[in-house]
Amino acid sequence: MSQLAGMPTLEPAEGAHDQHMVVNMGPQHPATHGVLRLVLEIDGEIIVRVYPEIGYLHTGIEKTCEAKFYQQVVPLTDRINYLDPLSNNLCYALAVEKLLGMEVPEKAQWLRVVLAELSRLNSHLIWLGTHAMDIGALTVFLYTFREREEILRLFEDIAGQRMMTSYIRIGGLSMEPPLDFLPRVRAFINTLHEKIDEYSNLLTGNPIFRNRLKGVGILSAADAIALGVTGPPLRASGIDFDLRRDMPYSSYEKFQFEVPISNDCDCWARYEVRLVEMRESVKIIQQALDGMPEGPVKANAPKVVLPDREKMKTQMEALIHHFKIITEGFEVPAGEVYQGIEAGHGQTGYYVVSDGTAKPYRVHMRYPSFATLQAVETMCKGRMIADLVAVIGSIDIVLGEIDR
Amino acid sequence: MPEAIKPTLAGKASVLDAMPDHPALKAIQAWNAAALQDARFDRNELTLTIAADQIRNAAAAVQAAGYNFFEDMTAVDWFPSSPRFQLSYHILSHAFKEHIRLRVMLEEADPAVESITQVWAGANFYEREVFDLFGIRFEGHPNLRRILCPDDWNGHPLRKDYPVEGYR
Repeated sequence: MSQLAGMPTLEPAEGAHDQHMVVNMGPQHPATHGVLRLVLEIDGEIIVRVYPEIGYLHTGIEKTCEAKFYQQVVPLTDRINYLDPLSNNLCYALAVEKLLGMEVPEKAQWLRVVLAELSRLNSHLIWLGTHAMDIGALTVFLYTFREREEILRLFEDIAGQRMMTSYIRIGGLSMEPPLDFLPRVRAFINTLHEKIDEYSNLLTGNPIFRNRLKGVGILSAADAIALGVTGPPLRASGIDFDLRRDMPYSSYEKFQFEVPISNDCDCWARYEVRLVEMRESVKIIQQALDGMPEGPVKANAPKVVLPDREKMKTQMEALIHHFKIITEGFEVPAGEVYQGIEAGHGQTGYYVVSDGTAKPYRVHMRYPSFATLQAVETMCKGRMIADLVAVIGSIDIVLGEIDR
Repeated sequence: MPEAIKPTLAGKASVLDAMPDHPALKAIQAWNAAALQDARFDRNELTLTIAADQIRNAAAAVQAAGYNFFEDMTAVDWFPSSPRFQLSYHILSHAFKEHIRLRVMLEEADPAVESITQVWAGANFYEREVFDLFGIRFEGHPNLRRILCPDDWNGHPLRKDYPVEGYR
């Protein structure tokens, strides 16, 4: 059979040409959550090998970053993991602030926590809806998107944008949130426990959903560590590690929350871990709203942080700084930093190298889905093709962050 | 509490003096002190420069010392200076709750280094990415093929002499 030029082929294993077949799953396939292509070697319905073929969304964002000023990179980060935009903004901002040696005001840090947790909820809600839909429980999708819509409205309220927020900037936030923002978040959060109960009622006792997930996609703790798996799949394999608690950033050390873990290592464990994680996010946001400090939301660094519109229009100094930042950027001391955060899908990390100019010399993004995808073969070997759909749903990948 | 920023330590001697009990440093010293070419502690991050032909053994040594999790690996192109390529491995310890960075410098001509997929299988995709975007080969890699660009792509896009549209 002839292959298209440049397309990889996977030959059946030695001596298995008669029984084994090689088929493509994707890149256009409703259960692959984007443009993931899996080349499968199958023996009837049984998976022998899985070979992920990625790069269909590669746009060279890391190369683009090298031609932009530091502050111009922020909107690029939104587009990498479009389901968890504020975590990307946060991770990049923290990395550059570390390079600059900059302290961010407490209120900005607490608001960042609220936004990162809302972003995590957004990501988990989409995961739950689409995962359940892959398994055949179509109803939950409509319920989770109802809540997700409310989160997007909150993002629109603060940033003017529903998905590509770019709200967390180097040195703080882009502006004060509107007065009605925090009360709206509280009203939304107060109803969320009930809503999570609602999803749980639809799924947890559902025998089809249970049977499709229990005992499927086993990933042992040793395999999870060897393959670089992070986030909820790692904790569902019994490793008790969460960057928010263990290596806190942005004031996470001031919040009390539990890190759910499970020792079952299967898709069901990942489902349970994420459901508890959503409840913990609610807890964190409630604490942040109760103790929200007063003060500015931007660092006092006029050469790095853009001035308020009002000041820019009325003060000469502010106008000059504004002009300089926009036209020339700001210089960042030479050095290299790596900043990791716990995003919705796992550990996100930004590695930023500065050569002392106003443009980053190198930006590398470590995104969790890229590593987690390597574990698919381990989880699916010897199982049915239908289980592969459950596994892809349960590891919660976004192709935007795999291909960058 | 997050740690306060500690002063920068540049050079192998000053880092070894200031952190005699650091588990990664101790492990590297005990394994092969000559392989550690340079060390730097900057912005609370420890960077250890390892001899290029020793990276796999160095990875195994820090793994045995408790740095159990391979988090990230990438390259930096310092064109036109020499040595041209820098490989940065970010290793995390779940027990010490700390990152370290292992660094390898490579010359421009035929850059190649030993693969660490034997130590951490998860380095597989990362090494393919560096191979694809920088053209650095990893010896002993099970499947060293392009990963993000098409197989018939010309050049290595993240090299500095590969043009990017725009002003720079």
